Amino acid sequence: MSTRRVVITGVGLATPIGIGAGAVWNSLLENRSGVRRISAFDPERFRCQVGGEIEGLSAGQYVPKAYRKSTKVMARDIEIAVAAAYEAARDAGLKTRCLIERGETEGPPNFDPTRLGVNIGAGLICADLTELAGALAASTDEAGRFDIRRWGAEGMNNLTPLWLLKFLPNMLSCHVTIVHDAQAPSNTITCSEASSHLAVGEAFRTISRGAADICLCGGAESKLNPMGLMRQQLLGRLTTSGNDRPQDACRPFDAARDGTVIGEGGGLLVLEDLEHARARGARIYGEVTGFGASCNACSWHEPHPEGRPLALAVRKALADAGLQPGDVDLITTFGTGIPAQDASEAAGLRAALGDRAAEVPALAIKGAVGNSGAGSGAIDLAVAALCLHHQMIPPSRNVTRPDPACGLQLVAGGPRKAEIDALVSVAYALGGGQNAALVFRRLEV
Amino acid sequence: MARPDSTNGNRRVVVTGCGWITPLGDDLDGVWKRLLRGDSGVSPTELFDASTFPTTFSAQVKGFDLRRYLGDEAAARHRDVSRNTGFALAAAQMAWKDAGLDAFSGLDRTAVGIYLGGGEGPIDFDNFVAAAVAAWDRQAAGGRGDLDARRWAEVAEQRLTAVRELEQDPNMAAGHIACQFGVEGPAFNTLTACAASTQAIGEAACLIRRGDADVVISGGTHSMIHPFGTTGFNRLTALSTRNDSCLTASRPFDRTRDGFVLGEGAGILILEELEHARRRGARCRCEIRGYGSTADAFRITDIHEDGRGGIAAMRLALEDAGLRPQDIDYISAHGTGTEENDKIESLAIMKLFGEHAYKVPISSIKSMMGHLIAAAGAVELITCILAIRDNILPPTTNYQTPDPNCPLDYVPNQARPARVDACLSNSFGFGGQNDTLIVTRIT
Repeated sequence: MSTRRVVITGVGLATPIGIGAGAVWNSLLENRSGVRRISAFDPERFRCQVGGEIEGLSAGQYVPKAYRKSTKVMARDIEIAVAAAYEAARDAGLKTRCLIERGETEGPPNFDPTRLGVNIGAGLICADLTELAGALAASTDEAGRFDIRRWGAEGMNNLTPLWLLKFLPNMLSCHVTIVHDAQAPSNTITCSEASSHLAVGEAFRTISRGAADICLCGGAESKLNPMGLMRQQLLGRLTTSGNDRPQDACRPFDAARDGTVIGEGGGLLVLEDLEHARARGARIYGEVTGFGASCNACSWHEPHPEGRPLALAVRKALADAGLQPGDVDLITTFGTGIPAQDASEAAGLRAALGDRAAEVPALAIKGAVGNSGAGSGAIDLAVAALCLHHQMIPPSRNVTRPDPACGLQLVAGGPRKAEIDALVSVAYALGGGQNAALVFRRLEV
Repeated sequence: MARPDSTNGNRRVVVTGCGWITPLGDDLDGVWKRLLRGDSGVSPTELFDASTFPTTFSAQVKGFDLRRYLGDEAAARHRDVSRNTGFALAAAQMAWKDAGLDAFSGLDRTAVGIYLGGGEGPIDFDNFVAAAVAAWDRQAAGGRGDLDARRWAEVAEQRLTAVRELEQDPNMAAGHIACQFGVEGPAFNTLTACAASTQAIGEAACLIRRGDADVVISGGTHSMIHPFGTTGFNRLTALSTRNDSCLTASRPFDRTRDGFVLGEGAGILILEELEHARRRGARCRCEIRGYGSTADAFRITDIHEDGRGGIAAMRLALEDAGLRPQDIDYISAHGTGTEENDKIESLAIMKLFGEHAYKVPISSIKSMMGHLIAAAGAVELITCILAIRDNILPPTTNYQTPDPNCPLDYVPNQARPARVDACLSNSFGFGGQNDTLIVTRIT
């Protein structure tokens, strides 16, 4: 079996607390929050009216000039992925088609485009409600009721011919492959909040077995639209106590947590074969050494009370990395602030790591960025790579009274210097039952 | 065939069970007989009123009832599932039984995974539309109209339900299957458009080869026969509009082809590590021998005109299998019946296979059961497995007028007996997704 080593050589982020690795890292160190009253639409009649919004992002800024017209058929999720891909490629020093055509670097590419893969976790993308509602309203009868015969005959023509392509989940990766000329395997994992970790895990395996040299991998999603917010509201996942204090609303693992907040965002890592990275003199953030995945055989809609599936994923990832619980120096949690989900996660971590779970520093960033679904895990993974690189753990926002029942050591207040050789990062679908864990290590020189 | 060197001692992956829900029925051999007979699963659309749509027909699964497959008690547990998840559960139940896993107690469930190419569930159409229409303010935005988000929130909260929203998520089929079969291993869902289930099976095979799982429930499921699905494809002008002759509307590789016919269904395969299957005395239907996956990196709407990505996917699958083009006895084409796909797929086969391109039989069962979108590749791979079992090839029906751009042997209209040891199956998706699998007789 091929056993190529895989390292992280680039980090791209587009989040409510900044675009680009440096901006996000600084915001985290300063304990800033990107959660505020929603401005993308009027949230007045929703129970939760706050969320993590990205300011000033449009995909046109991140593509070659000739590709700008394609941004018209990009749902917000796609725009976020395209931004993250640009940031990641640039951060990694990859001379991709995008960067060459934008004149930011000289060609030719410093890699083989047929060996550049993409693996992006995506959510169930909601159609643009305003566009669709306008078209639907044009197909009503005299009584104001929707008439499907009018829709079929003429109403649907109010939609642009490429309408469907705005919302296909694989369009995140497809636009990224086109913009950066990535011709190796391109996959789209759609397992809700577990998507990014599964995508990065699969990219790790893809490079390891030799099917690609480099992968742009991670995820992106925007829940910041009326349908996205309504779905989370109906599912009872949102905090309703934080409308007056948006920045304090989402409180992962805190005793006072009462739900999550939605967000938009995502991240892409550049994973690369170690020898390939060395040959081109790339900066290396760390090595991916372990991946484990599992699923919940007991429920497709509720967290496992003992966190058993998550514990299995963590154990598998540690075994894959050849590590023991005592070797773990940092846990990047998924912590959404949903009471039962956080409790299940903590129980799973305790089950997998034993006493170590209560000693090792842990990080939960959703208090600052919100839950951007399939994009959330990628933000966590990118931040994990930055922790490894800087040997520093930023504070977990809004963890002021850690829930003793969770039993985790969340770093709060301010950043903490730390000796981090190995970290584990976890994610799980809030509905659907998929779980995943990854292990990153400092590269041994 | 000798074991190839290219697998580097990787574990071998076999198929021990198959199940499907298709527009031509559900039992493995019954559907196979109908395919060999050249039956059509196409009829006027009954799932919604499509009478004024540009396309009024589709290939539907008729009379589906989950209780028939799971029994009353289990079906009641899964009663809220969306249509695609119901198909997946039913097909998985048949595949599980076909693999003999219902009667096997020695399974390590942490080593059983799931890797589906599952589509999203149909939107809660009537309620979604009611909320959207109620919230449309015609006077807003200077008479252009705008959505009143406050009104929308009020109506949507009343009409939409948590369960129906959750069940639309594309990972829910995997979630329900995990609970139905007590599966605890790695679980993935990919949604790479029309290539999804081929990619899922390829990646599932990689999980087993590497040792991340011993058994994987894989395949795909999808139903886009709903108003927005049909709208989306009609707006793209991807669907055939032969409303007066729907039975013969799906015409892959024929010069008069005018688009694909939307189908629905699921195909589920049990993939298993060869030694694991042998130890429990399972019947091995065939081996998953090669997998290739590439991206066109060209355009979201068009296939690269040289067939670059398709050629690369087929070439990688052959290399992975350690086979040469002349070792392939049958190609199950993506063959959608769109002008562009069939032309470029034929070109790609010609470029890669050279002289052998004119000798290898190629067919598209989409001529009979339509295009199952995310589920298409899984259903087509099952037909490859049956072709190997029975040494017979399913035809491309509705093939009357040759197209000079498609000059190959498409097994027109009649099933054909042939020695079949190795099949190559293609799936290509919007956005330039290319996936190829190779299955072989076990030697």
